[in-house]
Amino acid sequence: MNLDSLLPNLGEWLRGTGPESDVVVSTRIRLARNVVNFPFTNRATHQQKSEIAAKAMEALTKAELPYPLEYLDITNLSALDRQFLVERQLISRELATVLDGPRAVAFDGQECVSIMVNEEDHLRLQVLRSGFALDEAWQDIDRVDDAIEARLGYAFHPQFGYLTACPTNVGTGLRGSVMLHLPALGITKQIDKVFRALQKINLAVRGLHGEGSRAFGDLYQISNQVTLGKSEPKILNEIREVIQTILQYERQARAALLKERKQDEQNRVARAIGTLGSATMITSEETMELLSAVRLGIHLHLLDDLPPTTVNQLFIHTQAAHLQKLMGMPLDGEERNAARAKYLKSKLRELGSTR
Amino acid sequence: MPQLKCQFCDNLATVHLTKIVKGNKAKQEVHLCERCARKHNLIPDQATPHVDLKALLGLLLGPLQHSQPQPLQPAEPLALTCPTCGLKYEQFRAEGRLGCPDDYIAFQATLEPLLERIHRAQVHTGKLPLAIRRGNREAELKDLRKKMKAAAKAENYEDAARLRDLIRQKEATDEPR
Repeated sequence: MNLDSLLPNLGEWLRGTGPESDVVVSTRIRLARNVVNFPFTNRATHQQKSEIAAKAMEALTKAELPYPLEYLDITNLSALDRQFLVERQLISRELATVLDGPRAVAFDGQECVSIMVNEEDHLRLQVLRSGFALDEAWQDIDRVDDAIEARLGYAFHPQFGYLTACPTNVGTGLRGSVMLHLPALGITKQIDKVFRALQKINLAVRGLHGEGSRAFGDLYQISNQVTLGKSEPKILNEIREVIQTILQYERQARAALLKERKQDEQNRVARAIGTLGSATMITSEETMELLSAVRLGIHLHLLDDLPPTTVNQLFIHTQAAHLQKLMGMPLDGEERNAARAKYLKSKLRELGSTR
Repeated sequence: MPQLKCQFCDNLATVHLTKIVKGNKAKQEVHLCERCARKHNLIPDQATPHVDLKALLGLLLGPLQHSQPQPLQPAEPLALTCPTCGLKYEQFRAEGRLGCPDDYIAFQATLEPLLERIHRAQVHTGKLPLAIRRGNREAELKDLRKKMKAAAKAENYEDAARLRDLIRQKEATDEPR
């Protein structure tokens, strides 16, 4: 498969049309599973990892899934292609660069489902949904899980549940995470308060690319930490309740911004558009910060005619690997900053002329 | 070395023993005064360069031997090894990753308190694998059929009919997905 064919698509998580999409970017659920009678990936030999990958490929090809999957051997991919898949949230950074030996990913054309092979666990199943859609995502992944299990025995213990390489994932092996855009809580400096409250109830807050990553562009992922002793629906319900509360806070903060400092906000959004459309060098971080202002501007109706999907397109296309693919050549850091600025300028000009 | 007190009385400790287990990661130390060292046969009455190894070991293992079984916080068995993958508990402690599914059994006694700290739970209550769900259903049906036969044999026809209907109803519902 030539990955460049994905370039024009936004992928499910950036579709921008799901429930509560003014605040919730996307919902993701992942399940950690291991194949029975094999050591975990970190202790498996090259030979064993090959066997696991072969078993996984066979199971995934034969599994009764509602959509055909594309199976890619990571070791055959260039560094650029791997980074490209990371940016599209189809694989983890670990699978792309940290781990070694035979490993793979399978995903569908809509980029809703992705299955990583030989990550920390033999299988990491993931379902992505646009907007706030925990139930739908659970139904999807539950079905995918059964379809794969019908072809492949899982390591399971009656007391401990699904057995995982790290005890922090054992039991359900489930991590539900919801990506939120919280600019107003950031502007009104309430965000730390929200996060302190979350930590007390055992939910984790992470940046865009998961564990250890910084929160750029006011994007935060909120996920469960406990995986043992609760049923999947209960875990998801606890996340849901918290997200609903945060949603309310963010919307209240947005309403307050409009009421108390509309002009300031209008100014901030206009300047963001101005910088994006006229800079000649711009980093990915600054782009994300400015796009965050534009995204808020759209939802507060401070901007006319700019659909939220445009922001999502600019967001994904200005990331390093996407940008290099669009330009059709490898670029170093400085060159990328120039190319990014050029791309943004031409895109925004194009949009301006069609308005 | 800071001045240490004898572990048996409050005198200044002048005899310091260190037992090194596997490199120097797990060290056990004993500090005592000369009088207590003699009392425990660590220092022979006549001056010789040797310490009584047997007495030393007895002292190091002492608390486990002469006190009653210790239910509270047994020392983590760092040397515990999984018979399937060969991972030592010590390695798991250092790396944070288990080696194979059987480690959960091999290290059960030490993992349970750890799981309690991480998840505030030790027992899975979520989804069961397809294979187990199918097995449970078969076992349930088998049990019902047995009860139905027993009821019929005891000429308890009302119960038998009720069980027959229940079995039919269960058989008609779809197999677990």
